[in-house]
Amino acid sequence: MTMPPDENRERRVALVDLLDRVLAGGVVIAGDVTLAIADVDLVQVSLRTLVSSVRALPALDAVSAPSEQATDG
Amino acid sequence: MADDGTGVWVYAVVGGGRYGDELPAGVAAERVRTIEAAGLTAVVGTVGLDDFGEAALRRNLEDLDWLETTARTHDAVVGAVARNADTVPLRLATVCADDEQVRALLAESRRDFEAALRQIAGRAEWGVRAIADTTAPPAPDVGTDAPGGAGARYLARRRAELSSRDDIERALAAEAESVHTTLLRLAAMGRRQSPTAPALAGTREWMPLNGTYLVDRDRAREFADAVASLDRDHERLRLELTGPWPPYSFTGIERDSGRESP
Repeated sequence: MTMPPDENRERRVALVDLLDRVLAGGVVIAGDVTLAIADVDLVQVSLRTLVSSVRALPALDAVSAPSEQATDG
Repeated sequence: MADDGTGVWVYAVVGGGRYGDELPAGVAAERVRTIEAAGLTAVVGTVGLDDFGEAALRRNLEDLDWLETTARTHDAVVGAVARNADTVPLRLATVCADDEQVRALLAESRRDFEAALRQIAGRAEWGVRAIADTTAPPAPDVGTDAPGGAGARYLARRRAELSSRDDIERALAAEAESVHTTLLRLAAMGRRQSPTAPALAGTREWMPLNGTYLVDRDRAREFADAVASLDRDHERLRLELTGPWPPYSFTGIERDSGRESP
């Protein structure tokens, strides 16, 4: 990477924030009207993609199980 | 599947009202347009299946540069729509075969979209991360005259370090929980998401809170002020506010069980 570390970190964090939302959020349409890509677990795809882009992976275990605790209300 | 090698990428669904007279170009640099059916409006763009068909998507989603560009463009369109109307975003890479299928989608999922629109009406999503400084304070001096020699002194010091680190993490987790509880009072809804892994964030810092909140637009200032105030009150937590986001994380019942099933 050619960017200074801080800027690089900011950009990466911003990207993770964005992917967390566009890949794990949004309405999911299942059924016949969309291409089968809707069945793909995009979170897993993006994690694999992101992880493969990160050289050092000290916390890979934490990445492999994206779970959420809903506390709506 | 359309015969002409194109599909229709769906960005968002709005209930009506004014939305984006001038929307940015879409993920295929295409002109973004709308399709109406069942009292709803879908914001869509025509994309080539060479790049956005099923096989191409499976390949392209593994390419971080492609994924980043596409995600940012998708978000730019959804965000532009959301500035003018209550907007329900669709998951990235929702592609229909043609306009007729989009109309079918709106009709079939009308109740879900209407419920989602009611939930997010007049609201936006805000993200709040807490980053913690877990640096342990200096270990207590066990003294050089402690019995047992250097090895025992080392072990005693190490035990003290570990236990004080545990204590710190427990205390910080409690502080993060209290921040979350305070923010929930100002939000219509909120949830804690799994923290961004340090490797992905390019940092080794600990993130005891990765929260996202659905906040009334007329309380946005109050919410931001509360985050700033909590940041001042919690010396060992650094709070980072992001947003406003289109309400990606609050679009329906499927999220309540954590993972949706087809």
